[in-house]
Amino acid sequence: MASVTQNAMKLFRGSSSGSPAEPQIPQKPTRRSSGLSELARVWASETPLCVLDLGSTSPTNITFFTERGHKIYSEDLLSASTEPGLVTKDEQGTVVLDSHKFLAENLLYPAAHFDVILCWNLADYLDESLVRPVMGRLWSVLKPGGMLLAFFHTKDAGPDSPCCRFHIVDKDTLEMQRIVMRREGRQGAAGATHSAVVDGFRLQRVFNNRHIESLFRDFASIKFFLARDNVREVLVVR
Amino acid sequence: MSAPLTADLAQIGKSVVIKGELSGSEDLYVDGQVEGSITLKSYSLTVGPNGEVKASVEAKGIIVQGKLEGNVQATDCVELRKSAVVTGDITTQRISIEEGAYLKGKIDIAGKAEQAAGN
Repeated sequence: MASVTQNAMKLFRGSSSGSPAEPQIPQKPTRRSSGLSELARVWASETPLCVLDLGSTSPTNITFFTERGHKIYSEDLLSASTEPGLVTKDEQGTVVLDSHKFLAENLLYPAAHFDVILCWNLADYLDESLVRPVMGRLWSVLKPGGMLLAFFHTKDAGPDSPCCRFHIVDKDTLEMQRIVMRREGRQGAAGATHSAVVDGFRLQRVFNNRHIESLFRDFASIKFFLARDNVREVLVVR
Repeated sequence: MSAPLTADLAQIGKSVVIKGELSGSEDLYVDGQVEGSITLKSYSLTVGPNGEVKASVEAKGIIVQGKLEGNVQATDCVELRKSAVVTGDITTQRISIEEGAYLKGKIDIAGKAEQAAGN
């Protein structure tokens, strides 16, 4: 009888006193991605592809592509944008990031090198001074006919929308992992050790469709996919 | 994590700085600074948590716990532990990457393209 009562108490109040509840391992939420599904037709082909992943280093994504015979490049541009040495001032004295220096140290690839670029939510969280220069560089390193996938928050997303990492678990499914703030020492290109904020970013802006079209105006075509979770997926072709 | 104490493991301690070409016929554990190139054809390289390697690396197996800047060629396996910070291209037969490892560069699994085409 006592054990039945205890079980009922557990049901309504959680664990019984004196025995701490086991910490729940948070499950990473998943989302279905129409853009990814469209892109999956490309890497389902037998031809080995050259893929650029611009999110945080993802063992899952690396495994996903290498198991299918593709080459994958990993470059965490958001982390790179937090290097203190990039901070400068423009002609008006406004604090901005030095886009020339940023592109001198990042995205150093031959022209027309990649078949696929995974931008994820980079543009939403990247400093304003870097967005257009980075997109211009991405256009140049994408092969003609190559595709770029990017995610943009819709206007319903609040300023505290969490920045997430995306892990490919299936041809149309992504696992989302919220990025948590931490600071880490990294060696910059010149050899100096910087203390970069590697995780945790604030939504910089919300693009509307016209802004997105303007951002990708140098690309041959653009396709929008609107999802239920206030995210617009954009697939562009060079 | 300190290097295992074995007779066949050469070690470079964290206070040691080497510039030049390193080659050998035994496993190597680097917890200091190495700049240049490291060639261990049939043996393994471990970059310890304090290790800072700025070199091209050629070995059978490579385990990275510290910093490595340079291109990496392994005939067997590359392991990036969670504290690894790697900048450079990796060519290997197999790769294992722990959550938290940082990589800026290419991963090319040798032979995977042909294997995938045959499936």
